Amino acid sequence: MTSSLPLSRRSFMSASAALTALLATGSSVLAQSGDSLTIAYNLPVQSWDPTTGPAAVNPALQSVYLAVFDRYIAQNPDLSFGPGLLTDWGFSEDKSQITMTVREGVTWHNGDALSPEDIVWSLTRAGDPETGNPMQFVWGKIGNFSVDGNVITADVKEFEPALFKWMAFLTAFVLPKAYYEEVGAEGFEKAPIGTGPYMVDAFEQGAYVRLKAYPGYWGDTPDFDTVTIKFVTDAASRVAEIESGNSDVTSNIPYEEYDRLIAKGGLEGEAVPITDIGMIFLNDIDVMLDKNVRLAAHHAIDKQLIIDRLLRGYGVPLSTLEVPGYAAYDESITVAYDPEKSKELLAASGYSTDNPVKFTIQTTRGFKPKDYEMIQAIVGMWRKVGIEAEIEVYEIAKHYELRAADTLAPAAFYNWGNSIGDPSTSTGFAMFGPSPHAVWDSQDLIEKIGPLFGEPDEEKRIAGYREVSRYIAEEGYVIPLLQYVMPVVFRSAVAVTPYTSGDLLAQAISKA
Amino acid sequence: MLLKTTLIRLLTTAVTLFGVAVVVFVLVRVAPGNPIAMMLPPGATEADIAALEALYGFDKSLPEQFVIWLGGVLQGDFGTSITLRRPVDELVLSRLPATLELSIMALVIAVALGTAIAVIGARRRGTATEVGLDLSSGAVLSVPDFLWGLVFVLLFGVLWPVLSISGRIDPQIEVDFTSNFYTFEGLLRGRLDVVQSTLSHMLMPALALALPLAAMIAQLLKQNLKEVLLQDYTTLARVRGFSETSVILREALRNALLPTLTLVGVQFTFLIGGTVIVERIFSYEGLGNMAIDAVINRDLPLIQGIVLLFAALFIVINLLVDLSYTLLNPRLRHG
Repeated sequence: MTSSLPLSRRSFMSASAALTALLATGSSVLAQSGDSLTIAYNLPVQSWDPTTGPAAVNPALQSVYLAVFDRYIAQNPDLSFGPGLLTDWGFSEDKSQITMTVREGVTWHNGDALSPEDIVWSLTRAGDPETGNPMQFVWGKIGNFSVDGNVITADVKEFEPALFKWMAFLTAFVLPKAYYEEVGAEGFEKAPIGTGPYMVDAFEQGAYVRLKAYPGYWGDTPDFDTVTIKFVTDAASRVAEIESGNSDVTSNIPYEEYDRLIAKGGLEGEAVPITDIGMIFLNDIDVMLDKNVRLAAHHAIDKQLIIDRLLRGYGVPLSTLEVPGYAAYDESITVAYDPEKSKELLAASGYSTDNPVKFTIQTTRGFKPKDYEMIQAIVGMWRKVGIEAEIEVYEIAKHYELRAADTLAPAAFYNWGNSIGDPSTSTGFAMFGPSPHAVWDSQDLIEKIGPLFGEPDEEKRIAGYREVSRYIAEEGYVIPLLQYVMPVVFRSAVAVTPYTSGDLLAQAISKA
Repeated sequence: MLLKTTLIRLLTTAVTLFGVAVVVFVLVRVAPGNPIAMMLPPGATEADIAALEALYGFDKSLPEQFVIWLGGVLQGDFGTSITLRRPVDELVLSRLPATLELSIMALVIAVALGTAIAVIGARRRGTATEVGLDLSSGAVLSVPDFLWGLVFVLLFGVLWPVLSISGRIDPQIEVDFTSNFYTFEGLLRGRLDVVQSTLSHMLMPALALALPLAAMIAQLLKQNLKEVLLQDYTTLARVRGFSETSVILREALRNALLPTLTLVGVQFTFLIGGTVIVERIFSYEGLGNMAIDAVINRDLPLIQGIVLLFAALFIVINLLVDLSYTLLNPRLRHG
């Protein structure tokens, strides 16, 4: 009945020491130095086709795509546009055609030359509903391409004023026709190539992508030969990554952590307002049909106080869905914090603190910085003027579903991005009833916004959106809250060029 | 007897998996949020929405979708992930090794640690050491695994940065293995750099997963050891001149281990479930991390594939535990 277990105190201690030594020698925990850069990124790349599927319309993934692929038109840090793979572009006088001049001297990562056929193929594929490009509604508006040298001409099937702005945003990437047709969709996922500054050297789904600088890149050579983008979805882990030296750069961390980290030696920070705003959708149902209630709800919110107290000052209060830098931003449109006016408006409709108007407000919790806390604070402010709102927390997926079905509560918190800065993508689609993203569907707005989608006179179009923004503010159809600020922390040895679009580009990170 | 038990269990496994398939298929579709709504561009029209629904097969009725999906599953086709755009079975099987290696490492740590604590507790029974160990076990049990994960990140990732915080392997290491069992294949191929790196990345999440289980094992095993140490044969061993430690290790431990085995088997399935959150914290590219992304993105085919695999894993592990219990316990083996 005896058995001998080879476990003694000495052997146990020896084994423990050996294991510790083994692990210690195997852990190269610090970020690489010299020509290598490590970024702790908040979202994993899901697919390497930046033109189809949900990943293609996820603004947060565009930074990684932009390291490997080029867009038709490039976007500068301040949202302005510049030459990308197209060096010249424009509509014909009568808006019936477009012309695009393709950059010469560009090569794909496999050494093949970029040709106008690649551009035509990419645009044709993007406009084909069968390929599953979510932005097909834009690309399908042009067709019948013809090539003459490096100049492409196409017919305009339906005029889209923001067409060339869209060429600098979602799904506007040029893919290699010959290579894609040779390897197919699956082959491309496994070995993607682009014309961008970096080539995909190694990719572990959900873990990291290792990029190598492409020596044949047509633009400026990036500072770092190797860039490793680690996908670290947990914010606390990203903080630990940068604090421990595992990564050189990270972003989208809590503001309090940002302040703490940049106060430490060896770390720097950039916090710039980006094209992402926090807002409260109002639905044209129940008590929200009362203009006094809508305006009272807006005037009762002290946005600056929320920014100062909850977001540590990182944010810009807004009165419209247009932010500074957008084409249709108008600083003269303001909805002031005025709780007394709120009380008067509510009193005019028979409401008071003793007889409050009641409705539900929906919000996410943790999807955006302090989203739930902001709504709690707003509900507190509303209570003081005679609004009793009940908070309902939901997941972002449910928000999308309810919004598409137009069944949101009378008030619903959301964030809205518009990286191209065109008013059609903010005020337009957010407030135009037939859009699946609009919540307020009144006929007056449909009549005001509808014609602007196809307005050929650019000045008139922008002026029209300014007028609509003013009208929306006066009618209280939506409650814009604030423009978000994206915090980026990095080692002092590197310098980061922040982008208003919210992109964190590997090629825009240099040695300090 | 063993063969009959195994056959019955395999039959019930098929029925259970079918039930899981039905439940998960219906649940993910009635749950709020759908993938099409999440990928709608700003200017999408009704026609655009209809086209996207048709492209992903959501335009068909629920029973039709289920029949198509189940038909595919029976032929080994679990569909294509909406977000990752690759076959679900390929994705799930590529991540499974990472989760299995992590779970096994956590189990090894838990068993080793729990056994060591139990042995020390039994050896020092009735002393302050035993009380201290009991209190420590209670404290460890009261802290959930993900919180241990955050504590370890702070301790060994930031304050004393000796271990890697995120990922499964150092991105600079080239891995051209045929399987995704990096540790096992690394050992077989003699790639110690891979083994070292994966162990270094796994240690913190494995410890976080292992600690609560280790505490459970320690408490149960120590109690069993104390009971066994009152048996006549252990007294006889002492009379024969064995030291108390030798009595525990050579005589008592084996008999005391048997009841613990059931606990370990049951808890191992919970441990695998625990990887979901822990993998997220450490950005460890296992099934759990993938499951969270799939849920966030409402990637229905991928959710279904992962849940089915988890269910199959749970069933297989429980079956193995039952069989090993039968093998180890002579009274059950001989009916």
